[in-house]
Amino acid sequence: MHGLINRAIERFVRDTYGRDTWGQLVARADIDFTEFESMLTYEDELTEQVLEAAGTVLGKPREEVLEDIGTYLVSHPKVEALRRLLRFGGADFTEFLHSLDDLPGRARLAVANLDMPDLELREHGSLSFSLICRSPKVGFGHVLIGLLRAMADDYGALVMLDHKGSKEGTEIIEVRLLAMEHTSGRRFELSAGAA
Amino acid sequence: MKGGQSPLIGLLDTLCPMHVLVDATGHIAHAGPTLFKLRAGRALIGIRFLELFELKRPRHDGTMASLRGLAGTKLHLQLREVPRTDVKGALALMPEDGSMGLPGGVIIDLSFGISVLDAIRDFDLTSADFAATDLTIEMLYLIEAKTAAMEASHMLNLRLQGAKIAAEEKAYTDTLTGLGNRRALDNVLQRLVASEQDFALIHLDLDYFKAVNDTLGHAAGDHVLRQAAALMLKEIRGDDVLVRAGGDEFVLILTRLTDARRVHDIASRLIARLEEPIPFNGKTCRVSGSAGSALSCNYPQPGLDLARMMEDADIALYAAKVAGRGRHMTYGPEMRRAAQPPVARDDGSVAAAV
Repeated sequence: MHGLINRAIERFVRDTYGRDTWGQLVARADIDFTEFESMLTYEDELTEQVLEAAGTVLGKPREEVLEDIGTYLVSHPKVEALRRLLRFGGADFTEFLHSLDDLPGRARLAVANLDMPDLELREHGSLSFSLICRSPKVGFGHVLIGLLRAMADDYGALVMLDHKGSKEGTEIIEVRLLAMEHTSGRRFELSAGAA
Repeated sequence: MKGGQSPLIGLLDTLCPMHVLVDATGHIAHAGPTLFKLRAGRALIGIRFLELFELKRPRHDGTMASLRGLAGTKLHLQLREVPRTDVKGALALMPEDGSMGLPGGVIIDLSFGISVLDAIRDFDLTSADFAATDLTIEMLYLIEAKTAAMEASHMLNLRLQGAKIAAEEKAYTDTLTGLGNRRALDNVLQRLVASEQDFALIHLDLDYFKAVNDTLGHAAGDHVLRQAAALMLKEIRGDDVLVRAGGDEFVLILTRLTDARRVHDIASRLIARLEEPIPFNGKTCRVSGSAGSALSCNYPQPGLDLARMMEDADIALYAAKVAGRGRHMTYGPEMRRAAQPPVARDDGSVAAAV
């Protein structure tokens, strides 16, 4: 698994629960280092160990941990970069949803060896969508739910998200858009320096 | 703008939000919505195109005829007023017959090119200011994504550099005993001196080591060195430092010690431990140790004269050897006098200095 993904889990735990919790988690996961490198690749096994340990140490089911990671990635001030990169996907939340089809391609443009799950958005009506997530690693859909919820907040949209379960490496997320402009959302300037 | 051209204009506004229609006299007849942002509310329609932009390349004489001669070439333009944004342009001729309006005029489509980052900030542009097919937004995405990736790589480089330093520290290790070597000693001493921390410096030589080496062989000698190192490590505190300075010479740094009596006790205990028989392959190796020490608290600080302190510890070691080995002596100024000229002297004055 790419270091960026492992690092994201690590940063989520450290920034949300503190370094001590991360220390406990590392001990439980039985890995012999304390920090992941974003730009190195690790054995897939390692990510599993860390996620399993996270569930135990944080006392939450795995799905909840994954969802929290997704939310953290978009809403925590320390990882503003990812929020900005996702906001480039579209001027409003619907456009953003449609940009998810390109997400693996966009990720690869940024970091050539970063493999993202294959995403496909199906539009059932202007306010109702299914997001199909195909990945050999089951659970990414839960990360997506957290991420989509936080992105909806970011755009100021109100959505209902529902994980419809997973089957043979495919997870389906139901997205219902209740209001496009529920709140004013957060500002997004094209220029990174602008506040 | 004159009637009959609106379908064209609507098209252009959508597809090329930074286009300009220039009439036969060189005045701007119409401009795409994004260009208005460059004027911040001031007039755009009706002013001369070349008053707004300086056409830097290709060469031209400012007449409409020469401008029309540039059809199909790439134009390098610059906004005449601050912030003097560079823009690129492509120029096409309006049909002479007036079938699309503005006979004798030109249409110029503009783009920010590489200055787009500054332009977005300077003119407060949003994604709506670019055509849907324009790759600017993707480019901005790429710039940010690559910058973030570069930063992560940079962090990795820094950490790798840290790992390299750690590896270099291994080069500071004596492979036989696992203790630090002379290079490591220099590092530790310099750090102590820089932080103005007091310490005691003990030079310790194994006595009768050469005899072990000569009679029982190098393997026995190596074993004795390893054992000696292990024994002494057990006797010192965690933040003390034991270094093998070479051959059978060891150096101990006892941090924070300013009491000569305590240093003497520790050194004497070390020597007593070294004198315990060391079994090796059914035989018994016997060595002892001579030690001399100097205390940093006896030297002017800051700017402790390390070389002088090392030399003093050496002189004390020499005095201990002269006094019959198997003992420790603390440096005293009288030893320096006794040691000059450096001839072995076995008089009581040196021994009394302990």
